Amino acid sequence: MKVAITSRENSIDSIIDSRFGRCAYFAIYDTETKETEFVKNPNKEANEGAGPASVKFIASYRVEKAVSGEFGFKIKSLMNEVNIQMIVIQEEKTIKEIVDLLNK
Amino acid sequence: MEIAFLSGKGGTGKSSICSAFISLAKNVIAVDCDVDAANLYLIFPPENTIETSYISGKNAIIHQDKCIECGLCKELCQFDAINIIEGKFEIDPVSCDGCALCFRQCPSEAIEMIDSDNSKLFFGDFRNGSIIYGRLSPGEENSGKFINVVRTLAKEKSKELGIENIIIDGPPGIGCPFMSTITGVDKVIIVTEPSMSGLFDLKRTIDVAKSIMQEIYVIINKYDLNLEVTNQIKEYCLEMNIKIVACLPFDKEIVDAMINSKTIIEYNYDSDISKRIKEAYQIVFKS
Amino acid sequence: MNIAIASGKGGTGKTFVSTNLFKTFQSLGHSALLVDCDVECPNSLLFFDLKKLSDTIVKEYRPIIDTNKCVYCGLCYEYCEYNAIFYVPELKQIKLLDNLCHGCKACTVACKHGAIENSSTEIGQVSFFVDSEKHIFLEGRLKEGKIASIPIIKSTIKEALSLSSDFVLIDSSPGTSCPFIQTAVRSDYIVLVTEPTPFGLSDLKQAVETLDSINKNYGVIINRSGIGNIEVYDYLEKNKIPIIAEIPFSKEIARYYSEGKLAVSYLSEIKELFEEISNKIIKNGNSIS
Ligand code: SF4
Ligand code: SF4
Repeated sequence: MKVAITSRENSIDSIIDSRFGRCAYFAIYDTETKETEFVKNPNKEANEGAGPASVKFIASYRVEKAVSGEFGFKIKSLMNEVNIQMIVIQEEKTIKEIVDLLNK
Repeated sequence: MEIAFLSGKGGTGKSSICSAFISLAKNVIAVDCDVDAANLYLIFPPENTIETSYISGKNAIIHQDKCIECGLCKELCQFDAINIIEGKFEIDPVSCDGCALCFRQCPSEAIEMIDSDNSKLFFGDFRNGSIIYGRLSPGEENSGKFINVVRTLAKEKSKELGIENIIIDGPPGIGCPFMSTITGVDKVIIVTEPSMSGLFDLKRTIDVAKSIMQEIYVIINKYDLNLEVTNQIKEYCLEMNIKIVACLPFDKEIVDAMINSKTIIEYNYDSDISKRIKEAYQIVFKS
Repeated sequence: MNIAIASGKGGTGKTFVSTNLFKTFQSLGHSALLVDCDVECPNSLLFFDLKKLSDTIVKEYRPIIDTNKCVYCGLCYEYCEYNAIFYVPELKQIKLLDNLCHGCKACTVACKHGAIENSSTEIGQVSFFVDSEKHIFLEGRLKEGKIASIPIIKSTIKEALSLSSDFVLIDSSPGTSCPFIQTAVRSDYIVLVTEPTPFGLSDLKQAVETLDSINKNYGVIINRSGIGNIEVYDYLEKNKIPIIAEIPFSKEIARYYSEGKLAVSYLSEIKELFEEISNKIIKNGNSIS
């Protein structure tokens, strides 16, 4: 299963980005291969609709879960539609710490 | 904590009361989200201001040398932005929405999309902390994105400088900018005044705000101008389970303070109004 | 003649001026229309006892995607500048996000597979009202939750101009952004209402800058004079901007306003002042057109 985590930078020591639609990077973690791929969020500077566009973006990676600091109310329904489960983490954890949590 | 001041319609004294809260907070990040008509900086003139330009969107322009006058763009445009002026096809930048359809379809590639970057973002220090404000170039629509940019910068600065409290002077209206302002803030204070139109606006504002957040407070400004409507506002708030944290009388001193580029707290710390604002501050920040 | 009443920012008394001015135009025997173009928060009609005649619905373009015909090529998604098409080909998902759509029709033009049909959505309305003396009032109103105020302002003014009337008084949107400009470009003369405070002046300057950039004629009414300072007078004099009138600050005026009443009907000095204002506006407006 793949999980998308919003990240401020592109390494496993980066801290989670609290914004979903306008985060800097997505960390795509694969629970089977245990590999993490960092992809730049193309919608960071979008004028409008950064949230939905980011849902589309991570859905295209076929992730099943998404981890971020917050999900706007418009995002939630779209996430349900593409069957992505949302996990909110508000503490300033690193990507590595979150990956460890996911493996528990 | 991030707190936003709103008023539905402008002119209820929102900025004056907001600036009084900023005085009381002492060390604070002050954010002016009223990007159409920013004016917190008049009371808190910033120093060491850093100015950045902001791309608010795109506009189409027609290169006349390439235009073959086929009229396709005019036919396609849903915003009536393309006019024929003295036999030439021209795009009215005010009407252009930046959808780029004409740009994509023009058979002669005569249309170019250009960034509109006349809007500005300012950041500086003032006597109580740091202040951030934006100014949209005239005629730009406040899409809410600008507010997101301003607020993101505020949050970054709050972390960087270790200043915990952010106080936002919000935009008028209840459209997109309003939504962008209240989404994710901890508390909202709506400043209203006792007039029929004020009450009507307040109801609309509360309706929309309630749909996305819980912690809403109301301040009735100039309450003594119409006690009857003040009572109606009180009843309405009671019904909606919203706390009124202050009723402020009409007082010329608020204007006098503004003229002296001071907040009412700085201008007359012990006045009746200041006292009432201090009480409101306590309730909002300590609850 | 179309006269817009505007202010850099809300709350300077724009609605107060529009409504009292309208009453004065009527009592002076002019044929006049009052049009509320403050479509986000229209409330100038609250000051009159009116009966609604009719509503005209304002619509905006919307695409309808037929998922049976769609081949998931993604061209519509690429064409949409507003991220309004939610498109996940991997999951065979495509749909319109209505609240992000600007109705530009680009997606429809893009689709080569006939999968997008034309449709429209209601974004607001223009309403006609009439008082007991058969004076007509118009109000543009944006539907709650919608953001496109421009088409409503355009339709409202268009409807107003289709009626026969010597003077159209338009209560404009506050601010100096798109809605204000849309109203201003359709007006012959603009009355800027300000107050003599630093806030008022800063907003006035922006409004003046905007009006100068589109070459419009305007004059200023200083509301609540007597409180505040003289900076605004200095500014107006230096830039040779005509002052139409000063309306003194009075608690009495504020009270009538708060009760939804027109001060010109109760205070004789205000009535006279507004008669003077009306005559000046007509004169200023005519001298340029
Ligand atoms: S009409 Fe324009 S804004 Fe709406 S979905 Fe189509 S391309 Fe996007
Ligand atoms: S352009 Fe037409 S066929 Fe292609 S994805 Fe869009 S709706 Fe489907």
